[in-house]
Amino acid sequence: MFLSMNWIQDFVDLQGLDKLELIHKLSLSTAEVENEIFFKGSDLSGVVVAEIKSVEDHPESKKLHLLKVDAGDGKLTDVVCGAPNVRVGMKTAFAKVGAKLGEIEIAPRPLAGFESFGMCCSEAEIGISDDHSGIMDIAENVAPGTDIKDVYAIDDIVFEVDNKSLTNRPDLWSHYGFAREFAALSGRELKPLEVEDLSAYSNLKKIDMKIEDKLCQRYSCMQVENINRNVSPVNMRIRLFYCGMRGINFLADLTNYLMLEVGQPMHAFDSRKVEKIRIKRFDTPFTFTTLDGVERNIDENTLMICNDNTPVAIAGIMGGLDSEIVEDTTTLTLESATFDAVSIRKSTVRLAHRTDASIRYEKCLDPEMTTLAIARFINLLKKYDGGVQVVSALTDEYAYKYDTVNLSFDKNFVDRYTGIEISNEQIVKTLTDLGFGVELENDNFSVTVPSWRATKDVTIKADIIEEITRIYGYDNFEISTTLSPLYPVRGDAIKTNEDRLKDLLVKKYNLHELHSYLWAYTDELKALGIEVEDNVKLLNATNPNIETLRNSIIPTQLCQVKINTGYSGDFGIFEVGRVIKGIKEDGLCHEKKVLTITLFSKTKDIKTLYLELRNMLSVAASDIKHNTLSFKCSDTDKAYIHPVNFNRIFIGGNEIGFMGIAHPSVSKKIDKKANVVFAEIDMTAFTEAESASIVYDEPSKFPAMTYDISVEVPEGMLFESLANTWQNEGKEILKGVKIVDTYDTDTVHSITVRFEFSSNERTLSSGEIQEIMDKVIANLKEIGVNLR
Amino acid sequence: MNEKIIALQNEINEKLSSVNDLTELDALRVAYLGKKGSITALLKGMKDLSVEEKKTFGAEVNSLKESATELIEAKASELKAKEIEAEINSMPIIDVTAPADNERGSYHPITLVQRQCEKIFKSMGFTVEDYPEVVTDYECFESLNIPKHHPARDMQDTYYLSNGQLLKTQTSAAQNAILKKYGKNLMENGVPIKAIFPGRCFRNEATDACHENTFFQMEGMMVDKKINISNLIYFMKTMLSEVFQKDIKVRLRPGFFPFVEPGFELDISCLICGGEGCPSCKHSGWLELCPCGMIHPNVLKEGGIDPDEYIGFAFGLGLTRLAMMKYGVKDIRNLNSGSLKALSQFTDDE
Repeated sequence: MFLSMNWIQDFVDLQGLDKLELIHKLSLSTAEVENEIFFKGSDLSGVVVAEIKSVEDHPESKKLHLLKVDAGDGKLTDVVCGAPNVRVGMKTAFAKVGAKLGEIEIAPRPLAGFESFGMCCSEAEIGISDDHSGIMDIAENVAPGTDIKDVYAIDDIVFEVDNKSLTNRPDLWSHYGFAREFAALSGRELKPLEVEDLSAYSNLKKIDMKIEDKLCQRYSCMQVENINRNVSPVNMRIRLFYCGMRGINFLADLTNYLMLEVGQPMHAFDSRKVEKIRIKRFDTPFTFTTLDGVERNIDENTLMICNDNTPVAIAGIMGGLDSEIVEDTTTLTLESATFDAVSIRKSTVRLAHRTDASIRYEKCLDPEMTTLAIARFINLLKKYDGGVQVVSALTDEYAYKYDTVNLSFDKNFVDRYTGIEISNEQIVKTLTDLGFGVELENDNFSVTVPSWRATKDVTIKADIIEEITRIYGYDNFEISTTLSPLYPVRGDAIKTNEDRLKDLLVKKYNLHELHSYLWAYTDELKALGIEVEDNVKLLNATNPNIETLRNSIIPTQLCQVKINTGYSGDFGIFEVGRVIKGIKEDGLCHEKKVLTITLFSKTKDIKTLYLELRNMLSVAASDIKHNTLSFKCSDTDKAYIHPVNFNRIFIGGNEIGFMGIAHPSVSKKIDKKANVVFAEIDMTAFTEAESASIVYDEPSKFPAMTYDISVEVPEGMLFESLANTWQNEGKEILKGVKIVDTYDTDTVHSITVRFEFSSNERTLSSGEIQEIMDKVIANLKEIGVNLR
Repeated sequence: MNEKIIALQNEINEKLSSVNDLTELDALRVAYLGKKGSITALLKGMKDLSVEEKKTFGAEVNSLKESATELIEAKASELKAKEIEAEINSMPIIDVTAPADNERGSYHPITLVQRQCEKIFKSMGFTVEDYPEVVTDYECFESLNIPKHHPARDMQDTYYLSNGQLLKTQTSAAQNAILKKYGKNLMENGVPIKAIFPGRCFRNEATDACHENTFFQMEGMMVDKKINISNLIYFMKTMLSEVFQKDIKVRLRPGFFPFVEPGFELDISCLICGGEGCPSCKHSGWLELCPCGMIHPNVLKEGGIDPDEYIGFAFGLGLTRLAMMKYGVKDIRNLNSGSLKALSQFTDDE
């Protein structure tokens, strides 16, 4: 919203104060002011009133005229002018030689064979409207030579306020509202609005009007006749133009002017079309043409202004085409009303049509304002059009009054919020300046909230704190740390593990952390031949590609691997993120936080790559949980996972995730030669799984002994089966088992296993070790594993 | 002097001069000084001599033994020094200016700024909380004093789900749960609630270089008996100065957020121009960074905490925005792009 400092100064005298400083203060205390401030008229000089003394047609041009004008300097000046509306005796805006109009400096110049010493200007050329149909026709009785700026209020400071920062301030959708803020910020007095005394007309007949719906809080109206003026006064048009509104005609301009001045949207009907005003909703939908000529669908929730049963306007949004003021309108009915804000907001969303009026109504306008606005309207109407007659009494139904808000608090309450000292006097002054009623008795305040703040903005004591502190100025606050006692804090266990896992994967394994969206990448997955599995959906996704929430990050990472195949021949990525595993019994999403890792390699064979991933997970379990993993080879129902080598992963008895290999049909689409493996770890299960404490084993003073055996392992047998054969042998002294060599041919898979024995109490004898190993070898033989 | 000794002496000297390495030298030592060596043999042969002869000859042999040992040791040191010198001379020049193999992993930039912020707040006794991304209307709006008709609830801003839940539009959605989680400890034991909760938020809007439908925020909250606006400004200023590692100027402006009262928009002096005005700050010298305020009494009440007795502040920091500012990321979409070209550049940055 644009605001004119001239207009604001109608209501508060800011003479002698730095306006820019005040606007800056406003930005810090009231509402966000956009950076660019417009100094209207600052680039205009040397334009005076001149009278056209003679008009001659140009001998060769049909458009051009040769004028002699009196610019008040005691001589006639020759001017060549192309405007169609030139006439003798007309007074116009004349840019003398040397005048400046923005970037243009006027100099004598030849025009179609004649020298022109200056330029007659349109309103657009001097920047006070967008009218460039002809040169200005100055009606005011001013002498030629008078500076145009002395005739009209062209010099002004205009600034823009971010509408978003006014969401909760219905009172700030007007110049009068901002004038009140400036008054409080500058300590100057706010002047009352000049209004017509409407009680003078109370003897006249009332308008037939009735509120039939609770969505209309108040409806005030009045009829006037005999409006002769068609074009608005120039100064009024300048203000409207500076504030971003186009001039239309006097009546329309005046309703707009009132809206910008006091914040009350108003509407003028042709009285013949609203003989019986009813405000209501209709049970059945219908179409209605608004005054912009658009046919709109109205449903049963939209409040309408009606002439008995004929709708004439969408309440609070826009008038109808059929009830508009037309050429032969003699009597008009002025509407000034308040409607339910939520209803207006919903209607604008349904109609997809926001107007300057509806934007204001959505904010919960002050219902006290309706009659004030009419009184101001009549005042201005009569001021600019002397013949106007009021022909009805003020007709006003105040159906649903706002709740008066009274708040009581004490000085301690204020101090507790601020942490600094703001004096009682200052509190009283601030609140009084802002229109609050304040009573102070021994540090106890009783405050009455003014109607323009009470509709939704200021309702509780804490709201008063904002009023006091913002005017005091946050820049003036001394800052200090809290006085709260200290206690140790403990981090969230899952979050802590997340950080530890990230560090391990990045620092030890050179993996890259990526982020991805919460939804399945439908299109990208299709390219990999992966169907998105049914899951919870976004109801209002604008793009069908992002409609379904993901139940795993693996498909997403397969897409990410695909776009990064050019990055390196070997890389790994991971993400700790959320997945939605369907809906739980209580109807809520089954959200899980998972760690997902995907490794891609063009150089490593699948076994090496898969075991690399296994090792990462194993080290993670050992590092963070001081525990070991176990695996269970299983079937998978996921089409993108290779049916072989899908392993569920356990710590103790707790399943914590799974690992697998990309299905060849998918991995071929990623890269013909590369291998892709992945794992998913459930962060909660990982965190909850048993965590062993560190067990320190004092290094033995006695020598350790090793014993190697080489065995042939039958096809398909897992190491785990071998491990079972020595699990119960030599428990006290068997400290470790590892594979030290493997030998594979097409037919034979053999490994060399090294057993390490040691004791803290004695030197071991080779006899006792041989005894243990004999048992192990016998056990191995039983499961079909023979020494090589 | 005995001829034999002189001859042996000469022989040793001669042989020593032709010894080239430690192995040869050792063989030489064994040949003369070993158990079966020539000098040892001389000593053994003394048994046939007279006492007088023994005395003289013995002394001469011992002297020979000593000088031979000395000579051999000297030769050994000489050879060892030569060997070290040879090893030094054979060391090639290693070209450290050749490109290094810098293979390493990377963190997502959000993780980096999030950790920096977490670290600062942890050092001031705040807990770090985790919260789901899918929440209910109650968590995201109702419990936060966001009335039914608030624009934030409009379909165009919030992603609603087919089961009636929604994707959280703000980290504030965790406020209610955190108040309930720690409220008891506050009221019974006087332990202030000091928590931050980083998380991912979602807004249903079109994406471009400056807008994302998925972004990170970090919410912070402190509730106790004596918390005030002055404290809030202190915490904001301290945190931001720590994050950017320099003294940051902050300013507060009134801002409307239903869950705080009073509510503020917090601006920081522009990091690029320092407040002079530049294109980054649209020539204002300030950057809008962090909505904050004193927790609305209704929010405390909804969290089971008596607003007449307790008071607190809350703030929301845009982690995504912060990461972009800190690392100069110009297109927000890079963050969720999954592109290693863009994202592998971010290394540990504590």
